[in-house]
Amino acid sequence: MKNLTKYKAFWPTVAFVVLLIFNAFFTKNFFAISIVDGHLFGNLIDIIKNVSPLALLSIGMTLVIATGGIDISVGSVVAISGALACSIIDKRLGFFDGSLAAALIFGLLAGVLCGLWNGFLVSKVKIQPIVATLILMTAGRGVAQLITKGKIVTINSAPMMKQYYFLGAGYFLGLPFAIFIVAIILVGMLMLVRKTAFGLFLESLGINSRSSRLSGVNTDRIKLVVYTISGFMAALSGILISSNIKGADCNNAGLFIEMDAILSVAIGGNSLAGGRFSITSSVLGAFVIQCLTTTVYAFGVPPETILLVKAFVIVILCLFQSQSFRQKLMAWREGKKVHSA
Amino acid sequence: MNKPLLKMSGINKSFPGVVALKDVNFTLRTGEIHALLGENGAGKSTLIKVLTGVYQADSGTIELNGIPIRTQSPKHAQELGISTVYQEANLCDNLTVAENIFIGREPMKRGRIDWEEINSRSRKLLESLNLNIDVTQTLDNYSVAIKQMVAIARALDISAKVLILDEPTSSLDKAECQKLFEVMRKLRNDKMGIIFITHFLDQVYEVSDKITVLRNGMFVGDFEADKLSKLDLIGKMIGKDYEMLEKAVKTEGLTCKGETFLTADNIASSSVKPFSLEINKNEVFGLAGLLGSGRTETARVIFGADKSEGGKIFVKDEERHFKNPIDAIKVGIGYCPEDRKVDGILPDLSIKENIVLALQTKKGLFKFIDKKTQKEIADKYIKLLDIKTPDSEQLIKNLSGGNQQKAILARWLATEPDLLILDEPTKGIDVGTKAEIQKLVLELASNGMAIVFISSEMDEMLRCCGRMAVYSEKQKLGELSGEQINEKAIMDMIAGGGAQ
Repeated sequence: MKNLTKYKAFWPTVAFVVLLIFNAFFTKNFFAISIVDGHLFGNLIDIIKNVSPLALLSIGMTLVIATGGIDISVGSVVAISGALACSIIDKRLGFFDGSLAAALIFGLLAGVLCGLWNGFLVSKVKIQPIVATLILMTAGRGVAQLITKGKIVTINSAPMMKQYYFLGAGYFLGLPFAIFIVAIILVGMLMLVRKTAFGLFLESLGINSRSSRLSGVNTDRIKLVVYTISGFMAALSGILISSNIKGADCNNAGLFIEMDAILSVAIGGNSLAGGRFSITSSVLGAFVIQCLTTTVYAFGVPPETILLVKAFVIVILCLFQSQSFRQKLMAWREGKKVHSA
Repeated sequence: MNKPLLKMSGINKSFPGVVALKDVNFTLRTGEIHALLGENGAGKSTLIKVLTGVYQADSGTIELNGIPIRTQSPKHAQELGISTVYQEANLCDNLTVAENIFIGREPMKRGRIDWEEINSRSRKLLESLNLNIDVTQTLDNYSVAIKQMVAIARALDISAKVLILDEPTSSLDKAECQKLFEVMRKLRNDKMGIIFITHFLDQVYEVSDKITVLRNGMFVGDFEADKLSKLDLIGKMIGKDYEMLEKAVKTEGLTCKGETFLTADNIASSSVKPFSLEINKNEVFGLAGLLGSGRTETARVIFGADKSEGGKIFVKDEERHFKNPIDAIKVGIGYCPEDRKVDGILPDLSIKENIVLALQTKKGLFKFIDKKTQKEIADKYIKLLDIKTPDSEQLIKNLSGGNQQKAILARWLATEPDLLILDEPTKGIDVGTKAEIQKLVLELASNGMAIVFISSEMDEMLRCCGRMAVYSEKQKLGELSGEQINEKAIMDMIAGGGAQ
């Protein structure tokens, strides 16, 4: 038990399993999977499909948080990349009209630029990360509005609509296609952080940036890179979200999703102060959040109390993750035992 | 003889895999300054932590005024009258002196904080320590020494019978130390018991009445200070003959000059005036001067840690521009910084990761040193430098100060540098390890490495350096070499420079 709790992935896994067990007893047909139109269908598949954008964000966010920073602009970047990609698909911008490749490239490029901007502000201008990314968080939705000229873009009539829709809502080998994107990105990122020295540099930077620099870690460049990765992830996530709803809604796409991304990292057992991190357990954290959302809907909680129920569950989860709370609980239980004996 | 105020007997404490204290006794009488000595990792801190309730002893008894006590927490210890002032006084710089003294237990009047009471009582308290300062100023206006006094005043006001001073003098200059000692003597005359922990043996003899020595968690003995010679004391602390170690170091002192490795031509930074230097292989080159004289700043600008303003640096006759430390590391320079905690260790990483970090940055991001090789490298240096740890996977923050310093040294040795800059490599380290490090420095130089050595301890500088530059007020004053080097010459140069 002690050995297991040492792993960051332990608590999110427990939470996920507990949620599933809860559903097994209390939610009707939660595990039912049927085949509709040649692909799998059911609550579990829903979780897998809907978790993808958040999972991508949580990967980028983990790296940023490992440096001791934070990126609260990802929700706005989601809006920007979605707006740009959909506008190109829907032939609204007057260049590369209707091209799927251009939509993806420019959408992702926008995210990379946003990330570079954040990284520049944090590493070169030395603005505190939360303030630096706050700029883009507020300005980003304005930029998205400029791209769509203040309108909600729908791509129903665009020639490449089907292909674009496939990215976020399509199925491959019976499973949602988006989850394959997540898997590829996750494996790629794991290779980057564990098969190169990137992970070591990142952790050392998060733990003590002064000694890291003196030991030769190029702290500025690493920061620039992680914010850029976060921007890229946000853009990819924005494309999936806009694809899933066949359109770009600058005001609501990815609204408050940065908070869920940060929460995923926290549920994954990563310290928000930086240092040691695990991308995999952040992704598990995203699964916990999505599973909770799906559970709440499937269980039939009245819509007006959904947010409260979510908050309640998350508070409990965070309490269990806190070592000092667990120690107190143990001490209390032992005290009780002594008392009754 | 006074009756015992505090008596700890047969204290045992072990942690998983390590016995930290074994049958340790400690007796403190009223009106006594009692030095607690031992090498790093001897168990001094653990004993104090048991006394103040941070740890619970596995067995053994503690008596205060003849009554058995069992301290549950530092707060509980404080309530019993046992107060501690730590090395880095845990005060808040942004609060006033008076607020610092009364924080958390402010006297109230009609539901509000009684500021008048706080200020006047603080003033009185500090006056009793012969300190007349404005207590309504924030603490960051005052020197480290005064902060130390404020911490003591705070401890006294919480009503201390036993006052523990943990390395109180490590950041004080001579005059400030004297002031602290006066206060300590005054408190002794007020019948208080003081436990004094330090690495400076001269200071021990200056104020202490008694000395208790620990070694490897064992109780070596307690002694009357005036009946134990310094050499005997050192012998008891390290368990071997100190003179032998001294000799081994001295005979190897070298001045033979190798080829020039680095030349600094009129280099300056925002915090050091233009200077020129030549650093040769096979040589220990000293940067002498007081703290803040420009010696650390010189090292930092050579290493690319600070931005250089004008001037040129040549490495093996080739001009180089170091924008970041990594640029210097790549041409074979290493820098062991002065402040181990702030600039050196990565507390939450393992010893292994701490050791391989600089080598990894030198190799670059993609030539990843795999886990197995990392372990081999770490184990090699753990053995070579005799770092005391169960294995290389331990977090470095769990090591004692001296062993942390060795691990940082290992980090740079692993990069196999041509030039190694050592800034206060023996600060806060016990005598045995100190001699080991000095010996290592001379060995490295005789094997061809160029070493830049910075230390506040004069005899260490004299012992190790073949040539040195003398600094004062951010300026290089001149150089001394070989026979010229002695304490008086250095002091004369600093005094002369100050008069200019």
